[in-house]
Amino acid sequence: MSIFDIVFYAFAALTVVSAAILVFSRNVIYSAVGLLFTFFGVAGIYVLLAADFLAVVQILVYVGGILILLLFGVMLSQRVTSSELGAGTLRMLPALIVLSGVLAILLRMVYKTSWSSLPASDFNPTSAKIGTLLMTDFLIPFEIVSILLLAALIGAAFIARKERS
Amino acid sequence: MQEFIRNFASSQSILPAPVIYILFMTVSALVLASLAAILALIGVYLERKISAHMQNRLGPMYVGGWHGWAQTIADAVKLLLKEDIVPKAADKLLHLMAPFIVFAATLAAFAVLPFGRNLVVSDLNVGALYVVAISSFVVVGIILAGWASNNKWSLLGAMRSAAQIVSFEVPATLAILVPIMIVGSMNLGEIVNYQVGGIHKWLIWKFFPFNLMAFLIYFVASLAEVNRAPFDIPEAESEIVAGFHTEYSGMKWAIFFLAEYANMFLVGVIGATLFLGGWSSPFGSFLNSGPLPVLWIFLKAFGLIFVHIWLRWTLPRVRVDQLMYTCWKVLLPFAFVSLVGVGIYMVL
Repeated sequence: MSIFDIVFYAFAALTVVSAAILVFSRNVIYSAVGLLFTFFGVAGIYVLLAADFLAVVQILVYVGGILILLLFGVMLSQRVTSSELGAGTLRMLPALIVLSGVLAILLRMVYKTSWSSLPASDFNPTSAKIGTLLMTDFLIPFEIVSILLLAALIGAAFIARKERS
Repeated sequence: MQEFIRNFASSQSILPAPVIYILFMTVSALVLASLAAILALIGVYLERKISAHMQNRLGPMYVGGWHGWAQTIADAVKLLLKEDIVPKAADKLLHLMAPFIVFAATLAAFAVLPFGRNLVVSDLNVGALYVVAISSFVVVGIILAGWASNNKWSLLGAMRSAAQIVSFEVPATLAILVPIMIVGSMNLGEIVNYQVGGIHKWLIWKFFPFNLMAFLIYFVASLAEVNRAPFDIPEAESEIVAGFHTEYSGMKWAIFFLAEYANMFLVGVIGATLFLGGWSSPFGSFLNSGPLPVLWIFLKAFGLIFVHIWLRWTLPRVRVDQLMYTCWKVLLPFAFVSLVGVGIYMVL
Protein backbone atom coordinates (compact mmCIF):
# COMPACT_ATOMS: atom_id res chain seq x y z
CA MET A 1 0.00 0.00 0.00
CA SER A 2 1.69 3.14 -1.19
CA ILE A 3 1.28 6.66 0.16
CA PHE A 4 -0.96 7.38 -2.84
CA ASP A 5 -3.38 4.67 -1.72
CA ILE A 6 -3.36 5.84 1.89
CA VAL A 7 -4.15 9.42 0.92
CA PHE A 8 -6.78 8.27 -1.54
CA TYR A 9 -8.56 6.12 1.03
CA ALA A 10 -8.36 8.91 3.62
CA PHE A 11 -10.08 11.35 1.27
CA ALA A 12 -12.53 8.72 0.08
CA ALA A 13 -13.47 7.89 3.68
CA LEU A 14 -13.90 11.60 4.44
CA THR A 15 -16.17 11.98 1.41
CA VAL A 16 -18.29 8.91 2.14
CA VAL A 17 -18.65 9.53 5.89
CA SER A 18 -19.58 13.18 5.44
CA ALA A 19 -21.98 12.24 2.64
CA ALA A 20 -23.62 9.79 5.05
CA ILE A 21 -23.95 12.56 7.64
CA LEU A 22 -25.43 14.77 4.92
CA VAL A 23 -28.07 12.19 4.05
CA PHE A 24 -28.93 10.81 7.47
CA SER A 25 -28.83 13.96 9.59
CA ARG A 26 -32.15 15.36 10.72
CA ASN A 27 -30.76 18.84 11.14
CA VAL A 28 -30.43 21.00 8.01
CA ILE A 29 -27.29 22.72 9.23
CA TYR A 30 -25.57 19.43 10.04
CA SER A 31 -26.38 18.29 6.54
CA ALA A 32 -24.80 21.47 5.21
CA VAL A 33 -21.65 20.85 7.25
CA GLY A 34 -21.60 17.30 5.91
CA LEU A 35 -21.83 18.73 2.41
CA LEU A 36 -18.88 21.03 3.17
CA PHE A 37 -16.65 18.08 4.00
CA THR A 38 -17.96 16.07 1.06
CA PHE A 39 -16.89 18.84 -1.32
CA PHE A 40 -13.55 19.06 0.46
CA GLY A 41 -12.97 15.31 0.14
CA VAL A 42 -13.83 15.32 -3.57
CA ALA A 43 -11.46 18.27 -4.10
CA GLY A 44 -8.75 16.30 -2.29
CA ILE A 45 -9.21 13.37 -4.68
CA TYR A 46 -8.98 15.77 -7.64
CA VAL A 47 -5.67 17.09 -6.30
CA LEU A 48 -4.45 13.53 -5.89
CA LEU A 49 -5.14 12.96 -9.60
CA ALA A 50 -3.12 16.09 -10.52
CA ALA A 51 -6.24 18.05 -11.48
CA ASP A 52 -5.40 20.99 -9.24
CA PHE A 53 -7.36 23.55 -11.28
CA LEU A 54 -10.47 21.38 -11.14
CA ALA A 55 -10.05 20.95 -7.37
CA VAL A 56 -9.78 24.68 -6.78
CA VAL A 57 -12.76 25.40 -9.01
CA GLN A 58 -14.71 22.69 -7.16
CA ILE A 59 -14.07 24.49 -3.86
CA LEU A 60 -14.69 27.92 -5.38
CA VAL A 61 -18.00 27.07 -7.01
CA TYR A 62 -19.47 24.53 -4.60
CA VAL A 63 -18.27 25.81 -1.24
CA GLY A 64 -17.90 29.49 -2.11
CA GLY A 65 -21.12 29.70 -4.09
CA ILE A 66 -23.63 26.93 -3.72
CA LEU A 67 -23.07 25.89 -0.10
CA ILE A 68 -23.09 29.48 1.13
CA LEU A 69 -26.28 30.24 -0.80
CA LEU A 70 -27.79 27.10 0.69
CA LEU A 71 -26.85 28.09 4.24
CA PHE A 72 -28.11 31.58 3.54
CA GLY A 73 -31.43 30.22 2.37
CA VAL A 74 -31.75 27.93 5.39
CA MET A 75 -31.14 30.84 7.73
CA LEU A 76 -33.68 33.05 6.03
CA SER A 77 -36.36 30.39 6.42
CA GLN A 78 -38.56 30.32 9.50
CA ARG A 79 -37.86 28.29 12.63
CA VAL A 80 -34.24 27.71 11.80
CA THR A 81 -33.19 26.26 15.09
CA SER A 82 -35.92 23.68 15.27
CA SER A 83 -36.32 22.64 11.67
CA GLU A 84 -36.41 18.86 11.60
CA LEU A 85 -36.12 17.20 8.27
CA GLY A 86 -38.56 14.49 7.40
CA ALA A 87 -36.07 11.67 7.02
CA GLY A 88 -38.51 8.82 7.50
CA THR A 89 -39.36 6.11 5.04
CA LEU A 90 -42.08 6.81 2.54
CA ARG A 91 -43.22 4.77 -0.44
CA MET A 92 -40.84 1.87 -0.09
CA LEU A 93 -41.59 0.06 -3.34
CA PRO A 94 -41.15 2.90 -5.90
CA ALA A 95 -38.01 3.99 -4.07
CA LEU A 96 -36.56 0.49 -4.25
CA ILE A 97 -37.32 0.24 -7.97
CA VAL A 98 -35.66 3.57 -8.75
CA LEU A 99 -32.73 2.75 -6.48
CA SER A 100 -32.04 -0.62 -8.03
CA GLY A 101 -32.35 0.87 -11.52
CA VAL A 102 -29.81 3.60 -10.80
CA LEU A 103 -27.53 1.14 -9.01
CA ALA A 104 -27.63 -1.24 -11.97
CA ILE A 105 -26.71 1.52 -14.42
CA LEU A 106 -23.90 2.79 -12.17
CA LEU A 107 -22.47 -0.69 -11.59
CA ARG A 108 -22.56 -1.44 -15.31
CA MET A 109 -20.69 1.82 -15.95
CA VAL A 110 -18.14 1.00 -13.26
CA TYR A 111 -17.41 -2.43 -14.72
CA LYS A 112 -17.46 -1.35 -18.37
CA THR A 113 -15.04 1.55 -17.95
CA SER A 114 -11.39 0.67 -18.20
CA TRP A 115 -10.00 2.55 -15.22
CA SER A 116 -6.48 3.87 -15.29
CA SER A 117 -5.58 5.39 -11.98
CA LEU A 118 -1.93 6.30 -12.19
CA PRO A 119 -0.47 8.26 -9.31
CA ALA A 120 0.19 11.83 -10.36
CA SER A 121 3.90 12.13 -10.91
CA ASP A 122 4.11 15.85 -11.58
CA PHE A 123 1.76 18.81 -11.61
CA ASN A 124 1.70 20.47 -14.99
CA PRO A 125 -0.42 23.60 -15.32
CA THR A 126 -3.76 22.38 -16.62
CA SER A 127 -5.59 25.70 -16.74
CA ALA A 128 -4.07 26.81 -20.06
CA LYS A 129 -5.06 23.54 -21.74
CA ILE A 130 -8.58 23.71 -20.31
CA GLY A 131 -8.90 27.32 -21.52
CA THR A 132 -7.71 26.44 -25.02
CA LEU A 133 -10.07 23.48 -25.24
CA LEU A 134 -13.01 25.60 -24.03
CA MET A 135 -12.32 28.15 -26.73
CA THR A 136 -11.77 25.63 -29.55
CA ASP A 137 -13.18 22.09 -29.34
CA PHE A 138 -15.87 22.79 -26.76
CA LEU A 139 -16.83 26.30 -27.83
CA ILE A 140 -20.45 25.45 -28.65
CA PRO A 141 -21.24 23.66 -25.36
CA PHE A 142 -19.47 26.45 -23.50
CA GLU A 143 -21.56 29.13 -25.21
CA ILE A 144 -24.77 27.16 -24.71
CA VAL A 145 -24.04 26.84 -21.00
CA SER A 146 -23.31 30.58 -20.84
CA ILE A 147 -26.64 31.42 -22.47
CA LEU A 148 -28.44 28.96 -20.18
CA LEU A 149 -26.88 30.59 -17.12
CA LEU A 150 -27.74 34.05 -18.39
CA ALA A 151 -31.35 32.98 -18.94
CA ALA A 152 -31.47 31.49 -15.43
CA LEU A 153 -30.08 34.71 -14.03
CA ILE A 154 -32.61 36.89 -15.81
CA GLY A 155 -35.39 34.51 -14.81
CA ALA A 156 -34.36 34.57 -11.16
CA ALA A 157 -34.17 38.35 -11.15
CA PHE A 158 -37.59 38.55 -12.81
CA ILE A 159 -39.20 36.22 -10.27
CA ALA A 160 -37.53 37.86 -7.27
CA ARG A 161 -38.24 41.42 -8.31
CA LYS A 162 -41.53 42.92 -7.21
CA GLU A 163 -42.83 45.73 -9.36
CA ARG A 164 -43.72 48.69 -7.21
CA SER A 165 -46.88 50.39 -8.33
CA MET B 1 10.20 23.70 -1.19
CA GLN B 2 9.02 20.53 -2.95
CA GLU B 3 12.33 20.17 -4.76
CA PHE B 4 14.22 20.82 -1.57
CA ILE B 5 12.29 18.08 0.21
CA ARG B 6 12.80 15.68 -2.69
CA ASN B 7 16.54 16.32 -2.71
CA PHE B 8 16.71 16.01 1.04
CA ALA B 9 14.74 12.76 1.02
CA SER B 10 16.98 11.21 -1.64
CA SER B 11 20.20 12.36 0.03
CA GLN B 12 19.66 10.31 3.16
CA SER B 13 18.42 6.78 3.72
CA ILE B 14 17.33 6.72 7.37
CA LEU B 15 13.69 7.59 6.78
CA PRO B 16 11.48 6.81 3.74
CA ALA B 17 10.55 9.74 1.49
CA PRO B 18 6.84 9.96 2.48
CA VAL B 19 7.77 10.25 6.15
CA ILE B 20 10.22 13.04 5.37
CA TYR B 21 7.55 14.75 3.31
CA ILE B 22 4.94 14.57 6.08
CA LEU B 23 7.51 15.76 8.65
CA PHE B 24 8.45 18.78 6.55
CA MET B 25 4.83 19.69 5.87
CA THR B 26 3.95 19.42 9.58
CA VAL B 27 6.87 21.65 10.48
CA SER B 28 5.87 24.17 7.79
CA ALA B 29 2.29 24.21 9.03
CA LEU B 30 3.45 24.78 12.61
CA VAL B 31 5.78 27.57 11.49
CA LEU B 32 2.92 29.24 9.58
CA ALA B 33 0.55 28.86 12.53
CA SER B 34 3.02 30.50 14.90
CA LEU B 35 3.71 33.16 12.27
CA ALA B 36 -0.04 33.89 12.16
CA ALA B 37 -0.16 34.14 15.95
CA ILE B 38 2.83 36.46 16.11
CA LEU B 39 1.45 38.58 13.27
CA ALA B 40 -1.85 38.87 15.11
CA LEU B 41 -0.04 40.07 18.24
CA ILE B 42 1.89 42.64 16.23
CA GLY B 43 -1.24 43.60 14.31
CA VAL B 44 -3.30 44.21 17.44
CA TYR B 45 -0.48 46.25 18.98
CA LEU B 46 -0.11 48.34 15.82
CA GLU B 47 -3.85 48.85 15.60
CA ARG B 48 -4.03 50.12 19.17
CA LYS B 49 -1.00 52.35 18.88
CA ILE B 50 -1.89 53.80 15.48
CA SER B 51 -5.52 54.39 16.42
CA ALA B 52 -4.37 56.03 19.65
CA HIS B 53 -2.02 58.40 17.86
CA MET B 54 -4.68 59.20 15.26
CA GLN B 55 -6.98 60.22 18.10
CA ASN B 56 -4.26 62.19 19.87
CA ARG B 57 -3.85 59.63 22.66
CA LEU B 58 -0.93 57.47 23.67
CA GLY B 59 -2.48 54.00 23.73
CA PRO B 60 -0.94 51.24 25.86
CA MET B 61 2.15 52.64 27.61
CA TYR B 62 2.93 50.59 30.73
CA VAL B 63 3.17 46.82 30.22
CA GLY B 64 6.70 45.80 29.28
CA GLY B 65 8.23 49.22 29.63
CA TRP B 66 8.95 50.63 26.18
CA HIS B 67 5.67 52.03 24.78
CA GLY B 68 3.69 49.16 26.28
CA TRP B 69 5.09 46.64 23.78
CA ALA B 70 4.04 43.65 25.92
CA GLN B 71 0.41 44.72 26.22
CA THR B 72 -0.93 42.34 23.57
CA ILE B 73 1.11 39.45 24.99
CA ALA B 74 -0.47 40.10 28.38
CA ASP B 75 -3.89 40.26 26.72
CA ALA B 76 -3.29 36.96 24.93
CA VAL B 77 -2.34 35.28 28.22
CA LYS B 78 -5.44 36.72 29.82
CA LEU B 79 -7.61 35.32 26.99
CA LEU B 80 -6.03 31.88 27.42
CA LEU B 81 -6.98 31.86 31.09
CA LYS B 82 -10.47 33.25 30.63
CA GLU B 83 -13.57 31.15 31.22
CA ASP B 84 -15.09 29.78 28.05
CA ILE B 85 -18.80 30.51 28.12
CA VAL B 86 -21.09 28.53 25.82
CA PRO B 87 -24.76 29.57 25.77
CA LYS B 88 -27.15 26.93 27.05
CA ALA B 89 -29.21 26.86 23.87
CA ALA B 90 -26.20 26.90 21.56
CA ASP B 91 -25.29 24.02 19.31
CA LYS B 92 -22.20 22.86 21.22
CA LEU B 93 -20.44 21.02 18.42
CA LEU B 94 -20.82 23.70 15.74
CA HIS B 95 -20.15 26.44 18.27
CA LEU B 96 -16.81 24.79 18.94
CA MET B 97 -16.09 24.00 15.31
CA ALA B 98 -16.76 27.43 13.77
CA PRO B 99 -13.68 29.35 15.00
CA PHE B 100 -11.42 26.49 13.96
CA ILE B 101 -12.90 26.35 10.45
CA VAL B 102 -12.27 30.08 10.09
CA PHE B 103 -8.70 29.85 11.35
CA ALA B 104 -7.88 26.67 9.41
CA ALA B 105 -9.06 28.27 6.17
CA THR B 106 -6.92 31.33 6.78
CA LEU B 107 -3.91 29.19 7.62
CA ALA B 108 -4.48 27.01 4.55
CA ALA B 109 -4.27 30.12 2.38
CA PHE B 110 -0.91 31.00 3.96
CA ALA B 111 0.56 27.85 2.38
CA VAL B 112 0.86 29.41 -1.09
CA LEU B 113 2.18 32.84 -0.10
CA PRO B 114 5.66 33.46 -1.52
CA PHE B 115 7.74 35.02 1.27
CA GLY B 116 10.91 35.11 -0.79
CA ARG B 117 12.74 33.53 -3.72
CA ASN B 118 11.62 29.85 -3.56
CA LEU B 119 10.43 30.46 -0.01
CA VAL B 120 6.92 29.09 -0.31
CA VAL B 121 5.44 26.06 1.40
CA SER B 122 3.41 24.86 -1.58
CA ASP B 123 4.22 26.31 -4.98
CA LEU B 124 0.82 25.70 -6.54
CA ASN B 125 0.19 26.28 -10.23
CA VAL B 126 -3.19 27.71 -9.35
CA GLY B 127 -1.99 29.70 -6.31
CA ALA B 128 -3.98 32.90 -6.88
CA LEU B 129 -7.23 31.04 -7.51
CA TYR B 130 -6.55 28.73 -4.55
CA VAL B 131 -6.43 31.69 -2.18
CA VAL B 132 -9.78 32.94 -3.48
CA ALA B 133 -11.31 29.47 -3.19
CA ILE B 134 -10.03 28.51 0.25
CA SER B 135 -11.21 31.85 1.65
CA SER B 136 -14.79 30.73 1.08
CA PHE B 137 -14.36 28.35 4.01
CA VAL B 138 -14.05 31.46 6.18
CA VAL B 139 -17.59 32.45 5.20
CA VAL B 140 -18.91 29.00 6.07
CA GLY B 141 -17.20 29.21 9.46
CA ILE B 142 -18.71 32.62 10.12
CA ILE B 143 -22.21 31.46 9.16
CA LEU B 144 -21.89 28.42 11.39
CA ALA B 145 -20.69 30.61 14.26
CA GLY B 146 -23.69 32.87 13.80
CA TRP B 147 -26.15 30.02 13.64
CA ALA B 148 -24.66 27.84 16.38
CA SER B 149 -24.69 30.71 18.90
CA ASN B 150 -28.50 30.76 18.78
CA ASN B 151 -28.56 34.51 19.19
CA LYS B 152 -30.26 37.06 16.98
CA TRP B 153 -27.24 39.38 16.86
CA SER B 154 -25.01 36.50 15.88
CA LEU B 155 -27.36 35.36 13.14
CA LEU B 156 -27.76 38.88 11.77
CA GLY B 157 -24.01 39.41 11.79
CA ALA B 158 -23.39 36.10 10.08
CA MET B 159 -25.95 36.84 7.36
CA ARG B 160 -24.49 40.26 6.76
CA SER B 161 -21.03 38.77 6.60
CA ALA B 162 -22.05 36.10 4.12
CA ALA B 163 -23.82 38.59 1.87
CA GLN B 164 -20.88 40.96 2.04
CA ILE B 165 -18.09 38.48 1.44
CA VAL B 166 -19.90 36.68 -1.37
CA SER B 167 -20.66 39.99 -3.12
CA PHE B 168 -17.18 41.44 -2.77
CA GLU B 169 -15.58 38.21 -3.90
CA VAL B 170 -16.77 39.01 -7.43
CA PRO B 171 -14.90 42.33 -7.98
CA ALA B 172 -11.91 40.99 -6.00
CA THR B 173 -11.63 37.95 -8.25
CA LEU B 174 -11.98 40.08 -11.38
CA ALA B 175 -9.21 42.37 -10.11
CA ILE B 176 -7.00 39.35 -9.39
CA LEU B 177 -7.60 38.20 -12.98
CA VAL B 178 -5.80 41.28 -14.31
CA PRO B 179 -2.27 40.31 -13.14
CA ILE B 180 -3.01 36.67 -13.98
CA MET B 181 -3.89 37.73 -17.53
CA ILE B 182 -0.74 39.84 -17.92
CA VAL B 183 1.67 37.24 -16.53
CA GLY B 184 -0.18 34.29 -18.04
CA SER B 185 0.09 32.20 -14.90
CA MET B 186 -1.80 31.76 -11.67
CA ASN B 187 1.37 30.78 -9.84
CA LEU B 188 2.09 33.53 -7.31
CA GLY B 189 5.84 32.90 -7.57
CA GLU B 190 5.79 33.48 -11.31
CA ILE B 191 3.73 36.64 -10.87
CA VAL B 192 6.47 37.97 -8.57
CA ASN B 193 9.23 36.85 -10.95
CA TYR B 194 7.55 38.90 -13.68
CA GLN B 195 7.90 42.01 -11.51
CA VAL B 196 11.49 41.55 -10.30
CA GLY B 197 13.80 44.40 -11.25
CA GLY B 198 12.66 47.53 -9.50
CA ILE B 199 9.68 49.66 -8.72
CA HIS B 200 9.03 50.55 -12.38
CA LYS B 201 8.35 46.90 -13.22
CA TRP B 202 5.59 46.50 -10.67
CA LEU B 203 2.28 45.51 -12.20
CA ILE B 204 0.48 48.42 -10.59
CA TRP B 205 2.10 50.84 -13.10
CA LYS B 206 1.60 48.68 -16.17
CA PHE B 207 -1.18 49.64 -18.63
CA PHE B 208 -1.96 52.85 -16.78
CA PRO B 209 -4.65 53.49 -15.50
CA PHE B 210 -6.22 50.01 -15.74
CA ASN B 211 -3.86 48.17 -13.41
CA LEU B 212 -3.94 50.93 -10.85
CA MET B 213 -7.73 50.69 -11.00
CA ALA B 214 -7.58 46.93 -10.52
CA PHE B 215 -5.30 47.36 -7.52
CA LEU B 216 -7.65 49.87 -5.90
CA ILE B 217 -10.63 47.62 -6.57
CA TYR B 218 -8.79 44.67 -5.06
CA PHE B 219 -7.83 46.73 -2.04
CA VAL B 220 -11.37 47.96 -1.35
CA ALA B 221 -12.89 44.54 -1.97
CA SER B 222 -10.34 42.82 0.25
CA LEU B 223 -11.11 45.32 2.97
CA ALA B 224 -14.72 44.17 2.80
CA GLU B 225 -13.72 40.51 2.60
CA VAL B 226 -11.83 40.64 5.88
CA ASN B 227 -14.73 42.53 7.54
CA ARG B 228 -12.70 45.64 8.21
CA ALA B 229 -14.07 49.15 8.63
CA PRO B 230 -15.66 50.93 6.84
CA PHE B 231 -17.17 47.58 5.81
CA ASP B 232 -17.35 46.03 9.29
CA ILE B 233 -21.13 45.76 9.36
CA PRO B 234 -20.98 42.03 10.25
CA GLU B 235 -19.75 42.99 13.71
CA ALA B 236 -21.03 46.56 13.88
CA GLU B 237 -20.79 47.05 17.64
CA SER B 238 -23.19 49.97 17.71
CA GLU B 239 -26.04 47.99 16.12
CA ILE B 240 -25.66 44.25 16.68
CA VAL B 241 -23.37 44.03 19.75
CA ALA B 242 -20.48 42.11 18.17
CA GLY B 243 -22.11 40.36 15.23
CA PHE B 244 -21.26 36.76 14.62
CA HIS B 245 -18.92 36.43 17.62
CA THR B 246 -21.29 37.93 20.21
CA GLU B 247 -21.55 34.63 22.08
CA TYR B 248 -17.87 33.80 21.98
CA SER B 249 -15.49 34.35 24.84
CA GLY B 250 -12.04 33.34 25.97
CA MET B 251 -9.87 31.38 23.60
CA LYS B 252 -12.54 30.77 20.96
CA TRP B 253 -13.05 34.50 20.62
CA ALA B 254 -9.28 34.93 20.50
CA ILE B 255 -9.12 32.49 17.60
CA PHE B 256 -11.64 34.61 15.66
CA PHE B 257 -9.50 37.62 16.38
CA LEU B 258 -6.36 35.77 15.38
CA ALA B 259 -8.00 34.80 12.11
CA GLU B 260 -9.08 38.39 11.46
CA TYR B 261 -5.56 39.76 11.80
CA ALA B 262 -4.07 36.81 9.93
CA ASN B 263 -6.59 37.53 7.17
CA MET B 264 -5.54 41.16 7.05
CA PHE B 265 -1.95 40.04 6.62
CA LEU B 266 -3.07 37.53 3.98
CA VAL B 267 -4.82 40.11 1.79
CA GLY B 268 -1.88 42.46 2.37
CA VAL B 269 0.57 39.86 1.05
CA ILE B 270 -1.71 38.97 -1.87
CA GLY B 271 -2.14 42.63 -2.82
CA ALA B 272 1.62 43.18 -2.57
CA THR B 273 2.37 40.01 -4.54
CA LEU B 274 -0.05 40.71 -7.35
CA PHE B 275 0.57 44.42 -7.83
CA LEU B 276 3.53 45.65 -5.75
CA GLY B 277 6.30 43.28 -6.74
CA GLY B 278 5.92 40.79 -3.90
CA TRP B 279 9.23 40.00 -2.26
CA SER B 280 11.30 41.85 -4.86
CA SER B 281 13.13 44.97 -3.86
CA PRO B 282 11.90 48.31 -5.27
CA PHE B 283 15.53 49.13 -6.20
CA GLY B 284 16.18 46.34 -8.71
CA SER B 285 18.87 43.94 -7.54
CA PHE B 286 20.01 46.38 -4.84
CA LEU B 287 19.09 45.14 -1.33
CA ASN B 288 17.50 42.00 -2.77
CA SER B 289 19.78 39.20 -1.61
CA GLY B 290 19.86 36.77 1.27
CA PRO B 291 16.99 37.22 3.73
CA LEU B 292 16.10 40.72 2.50
CA PRO B 293 13.19 39.64 0.20
CA VAL B 294 11.36 38.42 3.31
CA LEU B 295 11.82 41.87 4.80
CA TRP B 296 10.39 43.48 1.67
CA ILE B 297 7.24 41.37 1.57
CA PHE B 298 6.63 42.03 5.27
CA LEU B 299 7.21 45.75 4.76
CA LYS B 300 4.78 45.90 1.85
CA ALA B 301 2.15 43.80 3.64
CA PHE B 302 2.40 45.90 6.77
CA GLY B 303 2.23 49.04 4.64
CA LEU B 304 -1.13 47.83 3.34
CA ILE B 305 -2.21 46.84 6.87
CA PHE B 306 -1.35 50.35 7.98
CA VAL B 307 -3.74 51.70 5.34
CA HIS B 308 -6.37 49.25 6.63
CA ILE B 309 -5.97 50.64 10.14
CA TRP B 310 -5.81 54.22 8.90
CA LEU B 311 -9.12 53.78 7.03
CA ARG B 312 -10.75 52.13 10.02
CA TRP B 313 -10.05 55.08 12.27
CA THR B 314 -10.91 57.67 9.64
CA LEU B 315 -14.07 56.56 7.88
CA PRO B 316 -17.51 55.96 9.39
CA ARG B 317 -19.15 52.58 8.88
CA VAL B 318 -21.26 52.28 5.72
CA ARG B 319 -24.89 51.18 5.73
CA VAL B 320 -25.88 47.83 4.23
CA ASP B 321 -27.43 49.44 1.15
CA GLN B 322 -24.36 51.64 0.65
CA LEU B 323 -22.23 48.55 0.92
CA MET B 324 -24.15 46.75 -1.81
CA TYR B 325 -24.15 49.90 -3.94
CA THR B 326 -20.37 50.14 -3.63
CA CYS B 327 -19.95 46.54 -4.63
CA TRP B 328 -22.36 46.04 -7.50
CA LYS B 329 -22.64 49.52 -8.98
CA VAL B 330 -19.16 50.95 -8.45
CA LEU B 331 -16.53 48.23 -8.03
CA LEU B 332 -17.97 45.65 -10.40
CA PRO B 333 -18.35 47.89 -13.50
CA PHE B 334 -14.91 49.38 -12.95
CA ALA B 335 -13.46 45.89 -12.49
CA PHE B 336 -14.88 44.92 -15.88
CA VAL B 337 -13.55 48.15 -17.41
CA SER B 338 -10.06 47.45 -16.12
CA LEU B 339 -10.19 43.82 -17.25
CA VAL B 340 -11.34 44.75 -20.76
CA GLY B 341 -8.91 47.69 -20.86
CA VAL B 342 -5.96 45.48 -20.03
CA GLY B 343 -7.18 42.98 -22.61
CA ILE B 344 -7.27 45.67 -25.31
CA TYR B 345 -3.79 46.90 -24.31
CA MET B 346 -2.45 43.37 -24.53
CA VAL B 347 -3.96 42.69 -27.94
CA LEU B 348 -2.75 45.99 -29.44
